[in-house]
Amino acid sequence: MRSDIQTGRLQLDRGGQIFLILLAVTTLLVPILNLAVPTDSPLHVSTFTVTLLGKYLTYALLAVAVDLVWGYLGILSLGHGAFFALGGYAMGMYLMRQIGDRGVYGNPDLPDFMVFLNWHELPWFWHGFDQFWFSALMVVLVPGVLAFVFGWLTFRSRVTGVYLSIITQALTYALMLAFFRNEMGFGGNNGLTDFKDLLGFDLQSDATRIGLFIASALALAGGYLACRYLVNSKLGRVAVAIRDAESRTRFIGYRVEQVKLWIFAFSAVLAGIAGALYVPQVGIINPGEFSPLNSIEIVVWVAIGGRATLYGAVLGALLVNYGKTYLTGVMPDAWLFALGGLFVLVTLFLPQGIAGLLRRKGAAA
Amino acid sequence: MKTLDTLRTTMRRDQVWDFMRPKQGLELDMSHGTILYLEDISVTFDGFRAIDHLNLYIDAGELRCIIGPNGAGKTTMMDIITGKTRPDTGTAWFGQTIDLLRLSEPEIASLGIGRKFQKPTVFEPLSVMENLELAMAADKRVWPTLRARLTAEQRTRIDEVLETIGLQKHRAQRAGALSHGQKQWLEIGMLLMQDPYLLLVDEPVAGMTHQEMDRTAELLKSLAGKHSVVVVEHDMDFVRSIANKVTVLHQGSVLAEGTMDEVQNDPRVIEVYLGG
Repeated sequence: MRSDIQTGRLQLDRGGQIFLILLAVTTLLVPILNLAVPTDSPLHVSTFTVTLLGKYLTYALLAVAVDLVWGYLGILSLGHGAFFALGGYAMGMYLMRQIGDRGVYGNPDLPDFMVFLNWHELPWFWHGFDQFWFSALMVVLVPGVLAFVFGWLTFRSRVTGVYLSIITQALTYALMLAFFRNEMGFGGNNGLTDFKDLLGFDLQSDATRIGLFIASALALAGGYLACRYLVNSKLGRVAVAIRDAESRTRFIGYRVEQVKLWIFAFSAVLAGIAGALYVPQVGIINPGEFSPLNSIEIVVWVAIGGRATLYGAVLGALLVNYGKTYLTGVMPDAWLFALGGLFVLVTLFLPQGIAGLLRRKGAAA
Repeated sequence: MKTLDTLRTTMRRDQVWDFMRPKQGLELDMSHGTILYLEDISVTFDGFRAIDHLNLYIDAGELRCIIGPNGAGKTTMMDIITGKTRPDTGTAWFGQTIDLLRLSEPEIASLGIGRKFQKPTVFEPLSVMENLELAMAADKRVWPTLRARLTAEQRTRIDEVLETIGLQKHRAQRAGALSHGQKQWLEIGMLLMQDPYLLLVDEPVAGMTHQEMDRTAELLKSLAGKHSVVVVEHDMDFVRSIANKVTVLHQGSVLAEGTMDEVQNDPRVIEVYLGG
């Protein structure tokens, strides 16, 4: 039990410490095992695995973002996939511009899909995306501003609970429908793909893959630490207060809407960054990422890992996605049943998720 | 012609335009010894008149008990003072200068009117000390809250309040694990952390044991003087044990006012309570 108030200093809980140490070890070990160990050694980690791990890490960051708003603020967002996808699209647009005249049509000014649609000019919103700094800014700004405007409208009208969840779901669904349209200018159904290089590095090379993996690990660690700082601060305690007794918090004099708005927008920014790191590793971004199902799956990761722990979200994202990769490999039809069953079992028997189980074990020992 | 009149009024040289007037002072001015003025207040909910031309004055440092049968308008009155409900007519002034009817709930709270609800609502997953920390008068905007650190002064203040409400030993305990009475005291402590001038306390002893009741009576009495305290309560023994002055509400207006004995011997009060 804590004897005193943690005054915002970065004090990590045990779960968080263990997680960060494991992450650091993995980040150091994986590149060595990939680059320095010969291919025929059993210890060798293939580049495919490195990219897969990198992808998982971006999912983990996304899960941390959802845990921040769901676990600590009580906002069950069923639309965080939208912020992830928007960050991904911003990065995808940069990667499209990097292709230059190496596309199928060899047009130096227009991405392939625009040539295919008989467009003659680059739409205005594509300008600037040939610069990395601009794209990086958009990765942060587009999800952040959208979340801010969305939050401003909904929190101010005091929409909470299930209604808010449904609206977030509608948000991501609406975006999915919009991005499916060719006229939107984001590649329609096919999305953006056929990426060649990032900042001049060949996306197919092992070194770039390793670089992206390390970048994802760093982003996850940074995102985790930022969330931990927030949660340990007085603002974090205000967030918990809002989660459990919103009107009471308002009576004490906190501007509940403002608190929700900033934390929600921050969470969306984290999701956007995760999306931007995800896209170069999987090599494609299409409107399917906006699918409501994706957003619900993120919530399932967090629920399975354990809410309001942050590291639980990471654990859930990694385990579920590993399970998904494994099962869709050996028995593709079983995956959705397994996911659904897992969710039901965790809700029934482990309401605190795996993190809760570990904590109970730790307390008993 | 009407436009011209409006224009003339607008351009009168002996007046200052509204928007150029200094904003109403947000400093509490109690120079006349009265902290709260409710005058001629009426509220109607769907045709039901909850408050009917209510006049009520609370003195600085006073401990006032308000009693009345169910539906007398006690809770509605508190809602009006804290900005939750707006009256149809009437005025509500906090001290000489602050018009409560123009302020929002958080603004009123930050000016120094604290309210304890009937059902104790403390933040259960947080510790007793953290509950007090959150309630503390401070800059409550988002960024200052993120960067906030407890100063030595603030720690002393928290310790003082912990002592006042008698929960020093439970400072690190989860508020959810406190007993019902302790939660009530913690909530009073949370009010105190806001350094309020006026405390509104709604049924503080409901569901308490006798020992807890006695401690609560002592606590409230010790607060009067430094703060003005308004207690709404049903339990007559409890009211008798703490009150100097009692106000009886009935059908939305004041029926009688005075010491407990005066009030209890008032024939109108007897009729309302016993005769019905």
